Amino acid sequence: MASFLGIVFDGVAYGSLLFLISVGLSVTMGLMKIVNLAHGVFAMFGGYLCVTLMARWGVPFLAALPLCFAALGLAGAVSERLLYRHLYSRSQLDQVLFTIGLTFMAVAAATYYFGPTEQLVELPPALRGQVSVLGLELGAYRLFLVALVVLLTVALGYLVERTRFGAQLRAAVDNPSVSAGLGIPVERVFCLTFALGSGLAGLGGALGIDVLGLDPTFAFKYLVYFLLVVAVGGAGSVSGTALGALVLGVFDVAGKYYLPEAGAFIIYALMIAVLMASPAGLRGRRL
Amino acid sequence: MNGSWRVRLEAAFWLLPCAAYFVFPDYLVLGSQVLTAALFVVSLDLILGYAGIVSLGHAAFFGIGAYTAGLLAVYGWGEPVTGLILAGALAASVGYATSFLVVGGEGLTRLMVTLGIGFLFHEAANQASSITGGMDGLSGVSMWKLLGLWRFDLSGKTAYVYSAVVLFLVFLLARRLVASPFGLSLQAIRENERRMPAIGAPVQRRLVSIYTLSAALAGIAGALTSQTTEFVGLESLSFERSASALIMLVLGGTGRLYGALVGTCMFMLLQHVFSDINPAYWQFWLGLLVALIAFFAPGGVLGSTTRWLDAMSFRFRRGSGGPA
Amino acid sequence: MTPILRAERLSKHWGEFRANDGVSLELAQGARHALIGPNGAGKTTFVNLLTGFYAPTSGHVFLGNERVTSLPQHERVARGMTRTFQINTLFTGLNVLESVLLVICQRRGLGGCWYRKLQALKEEQREAWELLDRLRLGDEALTITRNLPYGKQRLLELGLALATRPRILVLDEPASGIPAAESREMFEVIAALPRSVTLLFIEHDMDLVFRFAERISVLVGGRVLMEGTPEEVAKDARVRAVYLGSAVE
Repeated sequence: MASFLGIVFDGVAYGSLLFLISVGLSVTMGLMKIVNLAHGVFAMFGGYLCVTLMARWGVPFLAALPLCFAALGLAGAVSERLLYRHLYSRSQLDQVLFTIGLTFMAVAAATYYFGPTEQLVELPPALRGQVSVLGLELGAYRLFLVALVVLLTVALGYLVERTRFGAQLRAAVDNPSVSAGLGIPVERVFCLTFALGSGLAGLGGALGIDVLGLDPTFAFKYLVYFLLVVAVGGAGSVSGTALGALVLGVFDVAGKYYLPEAGAFIIYALMIAVLMASPAGLRGRRL
Repeated sequence: MNGSWRVRLEAAFWLLPCAAYFVFPDYLVLGSQVLTAALFVVSLDLILGYAGIVSLGHAAFFGIGAYTAGLLAVYGWGEPVTGLILAGALAASVGYATSFLVVGGEGLTRLMVTLGIGFLFHEAANQASSITGGMDGLSGVSMWKLLGLWRFDLSGKTAYVYSAVVLFLVFLLARRLVASPFGLSLQAIRENERRMPAIGAPVQRRLVSIYTLSAALAGIAGALTSQTTEFVGLESLSFERSASALIMLVLGGTGRLYGALVGTCMFMLLQHVFSDINPAYWQFWLGLLVALIAFFAPGGVLGSTTRWLDAMSFRFRRGSGGPA
Repeated sequence: MTPILRAERLSKHWGEFRANDGVSLELAQGARHALIGPNGAGKTTFVNLLTGFYAPTSGHVFLGNERVTSLPQHERVARGMTRTFQINTLFTGLNVLESVLLVICQRRGLGGCWYRKLQALKEEQREAWELLDRLRLGDEALTITRNLPYGKQRLLELGLALATRPRILVLDEPASGIPAAESREMFEVIAALPRSVTLLFIEHDMDLVFRFAERISVLVGGRVLMEGTPEEVAKDARVRAVYLGSAVE
């Protein structure tokens, strides 16, 4: 019988992963006002890249992680330049359709190259098993996850609050046309932000192989979770995404444990309830 | 386009499913699937093409209708037409209840709510597997004779005619509606929702009405599907069904009603031909097609090739009501 | 005589920022009243409060004897008060005739009618054509709104409001963006409106204001600086200092 705290911890770990992947989506949705249903693709390919690096080239897990971040970040920058920037002025329907189309293509490509089965990853021995923390038995990998995400969040917070790029980003989220008028290179901010978000998603996908699983349907299967996190937390807000991810992570895990008949019902109902109370999400439009 | 020419073209169009009955007697089962899918896409066009509500969860109502009709039959009431009506009524009630959630928000929130509702009902059906059959689905949906006269046979003849007639009747209703002042007000909401209250129009009321009607029609489409295939599965509530209906609609062209029909035919025929060869190939090329359409040709087939064939918007001539 | 429109100490606060602070105004039946003030003075906010686009932080709006402060926008239109927008807020995908017909049907209670064909509504069509002729938009009747030149779009903006047959017409910079020659034309249409229509208009072009207004309210920093006849306003030292500058003779 797992303890309540253990379950909450699992929820927090799950939520951290959701946060890592979703933060990019939230910021691009808030910044460029673009509905990107293909965001899960970056996470998915992050996972597949990690598997390939480890299996094909013998790269150790911990070394593969930053490579996944970099590669998917680059992919994000390229996608933004070539494809996404043409969608900013288009209708919501066009954006939805285009990104659904991209997702179909990506899923098909993944099925073709990697096959439809689940991918497995061998975690380094240090991250396996349980660790005793304050009398609780917690999964070592999950502990590692939470620690890493906390570190990254602090780094992100520093980036957003203390650097010039962060200031430009906040200004652009708040008011793109005025920012452009003030000389902020909005286009470059968009591109870098998209790249950063995609890189983090790729990293999250790699980290998530063990927790979320990885197969070609990943991009669609988890898309709704990412969108949920963004909707609940509020598009454009890093703190909101963190809040939304934590809330959803904990509620989902706890819900599935304590009320298995309700299943995923809870989080959908939760999302609708939050949106009705606060249509812009919990922390909409504030970075 | 001249009025009488338009009517002739429409009549010619409706001869096609009639002709198909005689020309392709071995494909009537596929034909029924196309017809029932088309009905679902027409219901989506009403909210998306006309009122401008982008929904990624419309299959919720399709599924509600499907399971209602299916459960009625499984528990002893196999009369098709009443089953259809009851399914539509239930889907309409759920549509009405959820419409306030959808209509109240705007932009991204609306989209998310429709997505959430879709997943909510899918999950509910999944959990209630003792009733719905869960992953295995609901089989044993056996229907009584249609109007007491025609048996649903294996060749699919009855099913095909039944589907065609229901589609036609619903289409007539939709056609009348979009050519009415109400239909015009929906398009105006789509074009500029903000201006509507300023000219005295109650936006929420209109959107709730069309959303409810659309849910009813989607439910009817679902019921028709379960009655003609004698099976209901979870995929009837799935995101895949919502998304593919959206794709069919955009393929043919939104806001034209006939676009829904043309798009459905094209999609289902392409799918029938290609997805058997290799599902991954089909998914890839479909994705590419959708992405290209979204990028380059948002008007779909009807929008791009026949700009003047605007069947549902009227064109007045000065003499027909203006001052002499 | 009860004023046909009365704003009683309307305020709109967003946190610390006071867009409108205790603004009051009264319009008699048939008035030609202008609302002027520097950019950011809160004129459009005031119109939004009057018409129900915003809910006020405090204060009330009266149409005749009826308090309409909590009435939604579309119901105020039904009671006879319509506004236009400073930036064209049109049905870009509909054509001119459809746009006007839409409003006429709504006014006649047919807006929600789903079973009658638009084609068959002869009375309403006739009214639409008459209005378009009056606005000299007859030739563009079948043009899609987004393809209209800016000046014609501005006329249509006015036309949509006129189609509601308002008793009170609130115009937000009707001539904005239009060159001087065409804006005179626009105002001639406005001036030709009968006295059964009460007019409140925001305008920056002082030439037009002094030509067409019978009373002027001056709004500065969310508050009414003064209200009076055009002569009184032109002479007032505070107004000249804050707004008109020394350019007015």
